[in-house]
Amino acid sequence: MAQATFEEISASDFFYRNRDIAGFTNPSRAIFAAIRELVENSLDAAESQKIPPNIYVRLSFEGEATKDTQIYKLRVEDNGSGIQPRFIPSAFGQVLFGSKYKLKQTRGTFGLGGKMAVLYGQITTHQPAFVVSCTGQAKIYSFKLMIDIQRNRPIILDRKVQINKDNWRGTIVEFSLEGDYLRAMPKILDYFKQTAMVNPYANLTFVDPKGRLYKFTRATTDMPEPPKETLPHPYGVDVELLQRLIQITPYNNMTDFLTGHFHRVGDVTALKFLIFSDLISFTCANHGKILSDQIKLVDNRPVCPQCGKDAQSSTKNPKRLSHEEIVRLMQNLKKYKDFLPPDASCLSPLGEELLKAGVQKELNPEYLVVNQRKPSTYAGHPFIVEMAIAYGGGVPKRGSFVIYRFANKIPLLYDEASDVSYRVISAMNWRRYKVSPDMPIAIVVHICSTKVPYKTVGKEFIADRPEVRREEANAIREVARQLQHFLSRQEHVHMEKKRLGIFSKYLPKIAQFSTTLAGQERVPDIDKLLKSVQKYGAEES
Amino acid sequence: MAQKKAKIIEKRNEVIGGLRSFGTQIYNQLDQGVFPTIDMPSRSTDNIAYDSVVRQYILGDKSVSRSARNIRHIKPFTQLAWAAMFSNELTTQRKTSTLRDVYYSAQAYEMTFTDQQESNNIITDLETLTGFAREDFNIFPEERSAIFGDLTIGYTVPGYEGKTLNLTSHPDGVLIGPALTSSELMETKANKVIAIEKGALFTRFIEENVHNKHKALLISCGGQAPRQTRSFIRRLHDELNLPVYILTDGDPWGMHIAQVIISGSANAAHLRDLNTPDAVWSGVWASDIIEYKLPTDPLDDVDIKRLYELQKDPRYQNDPIWQKEIKLFLKIKRKAEQEAFSRYGLTYIVDEYLPTKLKN
Repeated sequence: MAQATFEEISASDFFYRNRDIAGFTNPSRAIFAAIRELVENSLDAAESQKIPPNIYVRLSFEGEATKDTQIYKLRVEDNGSGIQPRFIPSAFGQVLFGSKYKLKQTRGTFGLGGKMAVLYGQITTHQPAFVVSCTGQAKIYSFKLMIDIQRNRPIILDRKVQINKDNWRGTIVEFSLEGDYLRAMPKILDYFKQTAMVNPYANLTFVDPKGRLYKFTRATTDMPEPPKETLPHPYGVDVELLQRLIQITPYNNMTDFLTGHFHRVGDVTALKFLIFSDLISFTCANHGKILSDQIKLVDNRPVCPQCGKDAQSSTKNPKRLSHEEIVRLMQNLKKYKDFLPPDASCLSPLGEELLKAGVQKELNPEYLVVNQRKPSTYAGHPFIVEMAIAYGGGVPKRGSFVIYRFANKIPLLYDEASDVSYRVISAMNWRRYKVSPDMPIAIVVHICSTKVPYKTVGKEFIADRPEVRREEANAIREVARQLQHFLSRQEHVHMEKKRLGIFSKYLPKIAQFSTTLAGQERVPDIDKLLKSVQKYGAEES
Repeated sequence: MAQKKAKIIEKRNEVIGGLRSFGTQIYNQLDQGVFPTIDMPSRSTDNIAYDSVVRQYILGDKSVSRSARNIRHIKPFTQLAWAAMFSNELTTQRKTSTLRDVYYSAQAYEMTFTDQQESNNIITDLETLTGFAREDFNIFPEERSAIFGDLTIGYTVPGYEGKTLNLTSHPDGVLIGPALTSSELMETKANKVIAIEKGALFTRFIEENVHNKHKALLISCGGQAPRQTRSFIRRLHDELNLPVYILTDGDPWGMHIAQVIISGSANAAHLRDLNTPDAVWSGVWASDIIEYKLPTDPLDDVDIKRLYELQKDPRYQNDPIWQKEIKLFLKIKRKAEQEAFSRYGLTYIVDEYLPTKLKN
């Protein structure tokens, strides 16, 4: 009888075996994913310092690999924050190590991307990766790294230190990987163009294996406010998170525990919540113990229901909560209705001006309208929807709307039809807005959130959550309304032109014919009449 | 004769005067800096009524306004001004044109008509506005009717002035066209006019010498008689005092061909003198079908429907003969063509039927 064997695998080993879920499905997808992950890390690194990003990407041909795939060398340079030397090996050589496990809006969320790219390069070419970085200090550090996949540890093959003579700051990553650039090319170019659209303050340069240069120049140096880190909101909490917080908390009562570890929970909210979930008890100097459902609140202070004096409260030490109590606490956190909604300071939306600048620069439409919704939440996660409609000009005419989807300033290029925005756009009664799909119209949807509700690990489309759907629908109605105004104004101008054209075509003829017919010499002057048509035309509308 | 000639010139001057005054009206309005506007009688069906005194359809008091101010009017307004100018040119220079020609001539002035119908409508507008028929402006439809008989005419068309023609000179008959309708009617030995629906019978009548035997001017209508033919019949009646008899097929359609010669059509309600109220429908009647035992065809559904329509038509209320024959057609449910008389031999219709009918 065969015995089942059990073994532990490391995180890098897990992703090595399951690279599909991180987007490295096939050689063409992998090359796209590698570029994308590194570019996004670079954008985050620059944005966190409010530096307008300069990102240079070069993909160069190294040699044939198989019939359909080649070996390429990928180099990505940025002018971002740089990485402190002691973190460099782990940042690129250890899966699930990263700077993105805090609650604020960033492009990646798994802390996987850069490492997956390096890991993928290593398993397909067995070559080390080079990382050069400097935080703007006096020294530049260079590493030659590989990943010990089974142990999830970086192996440092070489390490160099140089003097930072030119006051350089940023990160350079270079490694080889196997891929299929020809098949990936359209997506990669789409990716750069769309990234340029939502990052109008970035300079993006891409040199492809044929030596072709694609340059996307920034239209502005204004940048959105970088997101602030934030505490978790009570609605988004699970038991695991509660247990971790209890382990690390310095507080020894529930009130401080709640106000100290949760977003938008103050003393009053904490008090009311503790009464709600019966985790607090009160005593009165005169009447002794008061049950929490009998306590009275006066000016948000607990008072004795009998004598009206302030009551003393006491709560458990969070570290002493039993497992059952923790589960109940979690359930009550979700059940309690009066927590304030999360605020949006942890979000960094583009803003209407920047979105407009980006779309204008990449699509050059005849008409463009943008709308930013107020912050909203789903399951305790704040999010903001931004929407733009571009009409005419450089917008292609396809027989259906061109949809550009973005999440936290990342273009989403796959699975459009599964995305909530696609459903919202399809469900719209466009005829009401005098808009038809055969018009040259592009719709830009940007959702930003501390936790973008992706449907899959591949991060390609947004799940159909009612809160998100509602915000997107409202945003699109708003921009559609404005587009409708524009279109009817344009139609009016067109009609007016046509009208004037008719008058200026026929009036001179009438004058000519009647002059001949009446046997007159001089043709009557009709300029005044033509002018009056123009004036009346404006009035009639 | 000189008097008749003077009358033709006078008519032409009237027409030219009418067109010029229209031009002057527009010119003056434009010169005063206002959008030209004209009023003309409405030709909509609710403004067309049968007048039993003048015995034809006439237009009522309603009028429509055409203004160059109105975006929907300005194109037809311009077309109308062009048509007036073009007609003025034709009439003054005594040239003739056809409706088709009008349609193409407009293109020389960048005045395109969408189709023939549109240009025809504009000509009808011009008729309504001036009260003259398009033939007076020298615009004619394509001709297809003819006349034969002992009538001498004197041409007035340029190049033929002073020449005369006797209408027996060509055995196929003489085309009723602008040169003929603009001529003076000088001399005739005929004492009646016989208008015939079909060309075949017209030719038979000429071969059988009907014009001599019955002292008649023969006219082939070619189906529904064109307006200039109807107008010419009117002149034959008025100027030469000849009675007019009409021979058609024995069915509702033939009956109506006769009726239009007598009472005119609703389409021409804006015009006068196109009809001959004293003309007589001489056959083929439903009662003839019975009396002469003519070979017949059954009436179709459309024939019967048409008979019911005619029964209500105001033009069919004047003379009891119409109602009587309509009822008879509906009763026997048969129809007969003029050629049906051929069962009695080629000359029967001329020798027997015609004299009998003319006597009535």
